[in-house]
Amino acid sequence: MNDWLLPLTLASSLLAGLIIFFLPERSVGWRSALNLGAAVLKLACVAAMLWGTQQGISYELRLPFLPGHELLLRADPLGLLFVTLSAVLWLLTTVYAIGYLEHSPNRSRFFGFFSLCVTATVGIALSGNLLTFFLFYELLTLATYPLVVHRGTPQVLQAGARYLAYTLGGGVVLLAAIVWLQTLVGPVEFRSGGALVALEATAGVENWMLVGIFALFIAGLGVKAAIAPLHGWLPQAMVAPAPVSALLHAVAVVKAGAFGIVRVVYEVFGIEFAHNLGVLLPLAVVASVTIVFGSLRALTQDDLKRRLAYSTVSQVSYIVLGVALFGPAGTIGGLVHLVHQGIMKITLFFCAGNYAETLGVHRISQMAGIGQRMPWTTAAFTVGALGMIGVPPVAGFISKWYLGLGAIEAGLGWVLAVLLFSSLLNAAYFLPILRLAWFEAPPPSWPHEAHAAHAAHAAHEAQPDNPPHAHPTAPDSAPPPRTGDAAPLLLLPTLCAAALALLAGLAAGVPLSPLDWVRFITATEYLP
Amino acid sequence: MTEGLLLPLLVLWPLLVGLGVYALPERASAALQVLGTVAMAGLVVGVLASPEPLRAALGGWAAPLGIGLHADRLAESMLVLTLLVYAAVLLYAQAYFAHGSELARRFWPLAWMLWAGLNAGYLSADLFNLYVALELVGLAAVGLTALTGQSTALAAALRYLLAALLASNLFLLAVVLLYTSTGSLALDSVGAHLAATGSSTWAAKLALALALVALALKTALAPLHFWLPAAHGNAVTPVSALLSALVLKVSLLILLRLWLELAPVLDLALLGLLLALLGLVASVWGSVLALTQRKIKMLIAYSSVAQVGYLFLPLAWLLPGGLGAALALEATVLHLLAHGLAKAAMFLAAGVLVLSAGRDDLASLRGAVAREPLAFAALTLAGVSLIGLPPSLGFAAKWQMMQAALLADQWPWLLWLLGGTLLSAAYVFRVLRLAFLPASEAFEARAPLPQRLSLCALALALLAAFGGFGAAAFSDWLAADALLGHWGGA
Repeated sequence: MNDWLLPLTLASSLLAGLIIFFLPERSVGWRSALNLGAAVLKLACVAAMLWGTQQGISYELRLPFLPGHELLLRADPLGLLFVTLSAVLWLLTTVYAIGYLEHSPNRSRFFGFFSLCVTATVGIALSGNLLTFFLFYELLTLATYPLVVHRGTPQVLQAGARYLAYTLGGGVVLLAAIVWLQTLVGPVEFRSGGALVALEATAGVENWMLVGIFALFIAGLGVKAAIAPLHGWLPQAMVAPAPVSALLHAVAVVKAGAFGIVRVVYEVFGIEFAHNLGVLLPLAVVASVTIVFGSLRALTQDDLKRRLAYSTVSQVSYIVLGVALFGPAGTIGGLVHLVHQGIMKITLFFCAGNYAETLGVHRISQMAGIGQRMPWTTAAFTVGALGMIGVPPVAGFISKWYLGLGAIEAGLGWVLAVLLFSSLLNAAYFLPILRLAWFEAPPPSWPHEAHAAHAAHAAHEAQPDNPPHAHPTAPDSAPPPRTGDAAPLLLLPTLCAAALALLAGLAAGVPLSPLDWVRFITATEYLP
Repeated sequence: MTEGLLLPLLVLWPLLVGLGVYALPERASAALQVLGTVAMAGLVVGVLASPEPLRAALGGWAAPLGIGLHADRLAESMLVLTLLVYAAVLLYAQAYFAHGSELARRFWPLAWMLWAGLNAGYLSADLFNLYVALELVGLAAVGLTALTGQSTALAAALRYLLAALLASNLFLLAVVLLYTSTGSLALDSVGAHLAATGSSTWAAKLALALALVALALKTALAPLHFWLPAAHGNAVTPVSALLSALVLKVSLLILLRLWLELAPVLDLALLGLLLALLGLVASVWGSVLALTQRKIKMLIAYSSVAQVGYLFLPLAWLLPGGLGAALALEATVLHLLAHGLAKAAMFLAAGVLVLSAGRDDLASLRGAVAREPLAFAALTLAGVSLIGLPPSLGFAAKWQMMQAALLADQWPWLLWLLGGTLLSAAYVFRVLRLAFLPASEAFEARAPLPQRLSLCALALALLAAFGGFGAAAFSDWLAADALLGHWGGA
């Protein structure tokens, strides 16, 4: 049984995806059952591995691959952290996507690639060496592209082309780093404390080479992690359907980049070794610049998803910043934000999807009084937004607390200033939304309702209030506008995600909470 | 005893089948081809199973003048590739051509004749027979190109014929020069003879130059690629698959053999650099032109121009004693296999789409993509290998080539390999994005094509896309070869 857990974790979504490709468009029941069944099975596998790891069982799978290099899957503590996050959020997003795409075409294609995308993410989490990581990293690029361009409009295809250009380019740089490093030191397996530490005495390897390799790694992974100036694809990719944006920003693409950076710093170079090489400070500077830059850009966006996208640019760099702070507190802050940012950001994107789907609201300026019409969604949005600002007791507070401690521990006072300034900016771009949503009077009619009234004599595209990507369904086939909050299948995952964001903060001290697990990982990275 | 017959049969049997196919009525000929292919599979398995590398001298003529056949692991790799591609293409062609079609009647005998020529090219151990094999391959290939008799095809075939004849004559001249200066035709002793009679190296160098030009022309290394796109792009689909997957490879294999034989005695460093640079030009130029093509098959044909370039890259450091030489050789063979499988799959799949849409320009294929999802899946998987993404065979080849370049301290070439990845991705995604455009207004309801067409393409594409998992085993197997072992030890 234990030998089967690892492959089953991957195969659950992979097989589901392959079968879904061949399902006819109208077999909604089968497709939903497969999707949900696979998501639950994967969660069960992950839970079993978590339990097993606590009992001291180790999970490892080696397959022959390239000459001298194996395909290695391993459930180590860091990988389990990410795989748990992916499995939980995948389940929520699956429910959400089933509700969201109820009336749109090409659902079999969508859910097929959706499953492949999660397979790739789980593979990234469980990769035990660089080559395996690269394999799944590239698979993720390929599996996400069809999701981004799902709607097939010229605008979307253009965003898709940009997405590919960025991510494939990043993949090439990453490959260069991997090949260079492995030509110098042989196959590299991830190892607590750093794989290079054991190889320090290798002849012919000079520090400038290692610094160069490190820079290539960060540049390659930084594309997906949306580190400025490599973030250009992310705000454009928000033309994707809402569940895809949620996935992209919370677990899949952006997180894969951030997780890769975590792996490279802690388990390839090793935090102490990286510190001695002197590469951590530049990384901290890059991350800080991105944090401030992303927040500043977010301030000026009126499109809700665009504002959230720039917020992601900023927030993901908190993870990178935590990684770059030498000392356990910084590590804890960065790693725990990997989880917390995912939960909070997915909540926010679910909410944005709810607004767009239920009322046709895409812009912040349209959100006046929306809390009266959609109280539950807006409550969830509030939790997510407060968490991003760092207000206790939401999870984001825990992250920022440890990041602040880490800055002090690493002796970098200016980082503290960056954190404070960025929190101010977070408040500046989230609080006005909350004020607008809760305390302003709602308009006489919402875009969708006005749209329904105009549908008789106006073409869909002619609506000035709706961006071209407004709605996936043709106006004629759209259901009549709802009177209450979002549809149950949309609302349920949204509320669950918001509850998780609260819980992760409130119960941070409980065993097996993200914070607890991260502390455990941190202890292994700093042991001599 | 029986083992001695295996190698000659690999050449003679396809010729016999080709004759039989020509003479027999349609139904019997179809049965003969199935039997013939199974028998070929048996022969190839027999060669692979032999513990020692097989050698055969035909007609009792021994070296230096004999008709020698020799199956080393380079040749065996190609035999297997050819068998796989042929099995898929023949199955495909039976469904592709209409019953009783005149095209089919012309296609079958020529295809089998081509198979004989290819095998002769892989197995021949002496220079004159290599010339004969090249001639046989060239004639069969030109005939196949002209199959439809349409004016574009005829024009392309004529150009191809001129190129092939020029190449053959240059190669023949090279063979004569080498024979007069060494007195031997046996490939594996030309080097030794040259080393013994060091005075006449100018003749050897001239011969080598002529042979290289001839083989580069046949392999369509830019700027000698002028004949390829029209010939491959306008041919009937099964022919396009055979030409791009196999015909381009046999001349490259012969070039590689000459190189391995002569590099220890002649100073080839500069020449290698030149060829590698031409390869670089080819890969950029081919990719750029692939980006501008309107027709899908022309796009795939220009992709061949680009991909062939990579095969010449290792020549930059494929020198005796050079670090990374064995690795580079292995990468080249991997690339030969990867490109053969992926390109054949791509042409076969594109053929399905063109057949389904009734047109061949990219923009009008949207509806076909929706109607033939399996063909599109094949196109995608083959594209993954062409770009060189893991776990494909194309990735394994690229990986080994990058390591070889780094080992040999030739890291600038790495930039080419990495940049080339993006160039290939750019033109491959020109095709793949079709699937995401909204179905065209005029979405005609056509009868679906036989599934077999798509499945043949898919089988090859799957081998290309997941072949990387066999790369470790393949590398061990290849390294056990005497020739490669010798280079690896250097």
